Amino acid sequence: MVNEPTAVAAKGSDFRFPDAPEEEKYSVCVHCGFCLEVCPTYQAWGDENHSPRGRVYLIKACAEGELPLDESVIDPVFTCLDCRACETVCPSGVQVGALVEEARGQVFYARDAEGKRDPVMRFFLRGVFPRPARLRVIRRLMRFYQKSGLQKLARSTGVLRVLPPQVREMEDVIPEIGRGPAIDVLPETIAPQGERKATAALFTGCVMDVFFSDVNEATARVLVRNGVEVRVPKDQICCGALQVHAGDRDMAREMAKRNIEVFERAGADYVAINAAGCGAALKEYPELFRDDPAWRDRAVQFSSRVRDISQLLVEVGFDPPKAELPMAVTYHDACHLCHAQKIRYEPRSLLKSVPGLTLCEMPDSDRCCGSAGIYNLTHPEMANELLERKMDDVPEGVDAIVMGNPGCMMQIRLGVKRRNQPLRVMHTVEVLDLAYQREGSR
Amino acid sequence: MRDAYIDRLVEIVGERRCLWRPHQVKAYACDGYTAEEGLPRAVVFPESTDEVARICRYLYENDIPYLPRGAGTGLSGGATPTGGEVVISLARMNKLLAVDFDNLRAVVQPGLVNLTLTRRVSHADCYYAPDPSSQSVCTIGGNFAENAGGSHCLKYGVTTNHVVAAKVVLPDGDVIDVGAPFGDAPGYDLLGLLVGSEGTLGIATEITVRILKKPQALRTALAYFDRVADASDTVTDIIGAGIIPAAIEMMDQLAMQAVDKSNYHVGYPTDIEAVLLIEVDGLAAGVDEVMARVVEICRRHRVREVRVAQSDAERALWWSSRKMAFGAMGRISPDYIVQDGVIPRTRLTEVLRKIDEVSRRYGLKIANVFHAGDGNLHPLILYDSRVPGEAERAVRAGSEVLRACVDAGGSITGEHGVGIEKIGEMAYMFSEDEIHAQRAVKSCFDPKGIVNAGKLIPLPGRCVEVKRAREIIEENWQILNSFPDQAAVQARGAFAQEAGAETSTSAQG
Repeated sequence: MVNEPTAVAAKGSDFRFPDAPEEEKYSVCVHCGFCLEVCPTYQAWGDENHSPRGRVYLIKACAEGELPLDESVIDPVFTCLDCRACETVCPSGVQVGALVEEARGQVFYARDAEGKRDPVMRFFLRGVFPRPARLRVIRRLMRFYQKSGLQKLARSTGVLRVLPPQVREMEDVIPEIGRGPAIDVLPETIAPQGERKATAALFTGCVMDVFFSDVNEATARVLVRNGVEVRVPKDQICCGALQVHAGDRDMAREMAKRNIEVFERAGADYVAINAAGCGAALKEYPELFRDDPAWRDRAVQFSSRVRDISQLLVEVGFDPPKAELPMAVTYHDACHLCHAQKIRYEPRSLLKSVPGLTLCEMPDSDRCCGSAGIYNLTHPEMANELLERKMDDVPEGVDAIVMGNPGCMMQIRLGVKRRNQPLRVMHTVEVLDLAYQREGSR
Repeated sequence: MRDAYIDRLVEIVGERRCLWRPHQVKAYACDGYTAEEGLPRAVVFPESTDEVARICRYLYENDIPYLPRGAGTGLSGGATPTGGEVVISLARMNKLLAVDFDNLRAVVQPGLVNLTLTRRVSHADCYYAPDPSSQSVCTIGGNFAENAGGSHCLKYGVTTNHVVAAKVVLPDGDVIDVGAPFGDAPGYDLLGLLVGSEGTLGIATEITVRILKKPQALRTALAYFDRVADASDTVTDIIGAGIIPAAIEMMDQLAMQAVDKSNYHVGYPTDIEAVLLIEVDGLAAGVDEVMARVVEICRRHRVREVRVAQSDAERALWWSSRKMAFGAMGRISPDYIVQDGVIPRTRLTEVLRKIDEVSRRYGLKIANVFHAGDGNLHPLILYDSRVPGEAERAVRAGSEVLRACVDAGGSITGEHGVGIEKIGEMAYMFSEDEIHAQRAVKSCFDPKGIVNAGKLIPLPGRCVEVKRAREIIEENWQILNSFPDQAAVQARGAFAQEAGAETSTSAQG
């Protein structure tokens, strides 16, 4: 589908397609600059163009016809990590993330209209992530690659050197792929232990279920242990966050509609999600339906039921584990948990409830680790710099770095591997699950 | 296709640290003052004194105008390229070069962020005292240029009281050292001249500042007043009682509404006229007693409620609420101009009434946030640039507010600088002879008049700003006539000096 330029666009504006950055969003910025110092790209380059304030200013200039939609706008909009740290500090509440995503949508549509598509990107955005069957195939191939000895062979023969270094390194830290994706392994309904406090439909995600299906299984166990009935809607698909980040809003809308329908049918009290990036995207579904009141209402309904796993456990009330788990951990705030969803307290309170566990805070725990969706593949230099800073901040003597997002888990695994440190990279819910399992073995 | 001068700049700093395509430099069209914009001809990002010197030498020799820029959070347009200047961004010169904890000195590059300095020395219980509200982003170089103040300057003084020496690149590219890390530098006080010169006399590339030991204890109180006059009298009485608080800040109802809508929500009552944020610091043994006296004075002036912060988190929230107030204006208005007038503290109620009158007459809302302790007002004039004529009206309203401050015996700026925003009012504050003396200083440093020209000091004749100022004066002549004591207005120079003795902590150094 190719979008037609719309006549609705502001006069002289170079945002010619539907769903453009809205005036009511960018006019809120008073240009105070309080966002500069929390922006990873501004910190690295000191260039106003690559700061939140600069990006909003350029988006505004483009919307008002002062700038064409050329590299001067496109580059800054795509160097943004979409980490939303700026939104946490902004006194005026500018939705920088939404503005950047909408501007990327304009770029995506414009390239489409000009026939300048990026075939690789398009293949992943439209051909892989929205198609659960293809994700399963990829998952199986990767498991085969790991188990069959192919991986060993590939590594020893050096054939991997044909890959770009960033991809090659990522290959190195892919976790051991489990037997099957949670969406297939888990039954459709799992009864809670004890009295039923609530029902939650589990959103299994794409990356999470390919690389970290263990985390999904742990999530289900922990919910059940705390009196939550878990439902696993089998025809759900990827949340569409990557599409929104890349500007492919049409595809994202289709995916959102599918998920909204599927989870409406599941009829649970909550939609439980353990990936920060997906959680933020699910909560922001209404943004995608600005011009479609009927779907917008359904999206609002859907989003109001979405909870990050840590949030859900605190909300319904969780049992503090009774067994000791003697370990020292540090917690990394995934951007899409702390900045986009304002969730900082809940994961920490889960961790602190574990007897014997010590939480050592790292400085600037809410600074982006550089993963940022696929940013580490598209902008490796910046991503590496951020990863180095993150690893420098890890306190000495901890056994694990804990977080709530699969993208960060991959990125930080890479950091650990590079530094050759004896550190585990864990999801918050895995820590809790581990503690509960120890109860049984007492 | 690019000009030869760009090639030369690229030769000095490299391709990646020079922006010159017109669309690429658009983001540098203004700083925190957005009412006026202009496109720079290029933006360069030097990383050393040597690079700054080579850039300046080349540009000066070739008569190419330029100006320095820090974080671009200034509120008077000091970094706005109104004359097609090359912008020299110091953002990448952000190193902490040396710290001498025993002698309490730090040497920094100009792009180091104010609060970052404090963070980097806090492990030794030290901090850098001047704390503009933008301290989490603004740079020490920018503070140097504007002689920035902040909430705690009531007790600790402004930037000029904390800078002891600097390495400065002069307009023609020569490099000099001014001031002395210890003791007083003999000869003319060139450092004093350079601090607050708004980038018109040179670029500081290494700045030696004092750092202080953190006070042993602090107490912070929040006091709600039904009437602004009571809050104002409270401030006068606290200082009259011989107490020197670390800070006394005031906000009015409109400002409270804006911040309460932001991430920094305190939950102020919606029916009070003023809130005071009062902090005292010093030896642990004394602070409680001093705070008790402050609370007592508040009570004497019909305070509705006064609370002392019970935790660091509570104190931090109250301070964020105050410091984020400007930025939070976006919650209630798309644009604002912030003024920076200083008045003798005792005339606060009267001047606030005048501001309210200006607000009604122009049909523009004005929120008030200010350093009450040193009489430094920050009226925020709210407007919508999309409404034709409203920006101009806001500028004129601002101008009237400043005149009210001067007429009350004060000054047009306490800490934000003159920039382009208040240049028209310079002619109101100073006589032609006085401005001529200032111009003479400028031409000693910059005989070509091309370094951040048109800022701070109105230029003779060719300066558009002066013309605009004249127009404004002519348009508003009636208002001037309506002032009760015209003689007092004419004698304002002497008057301001007298009153200045009291307000000197916040006035320009």
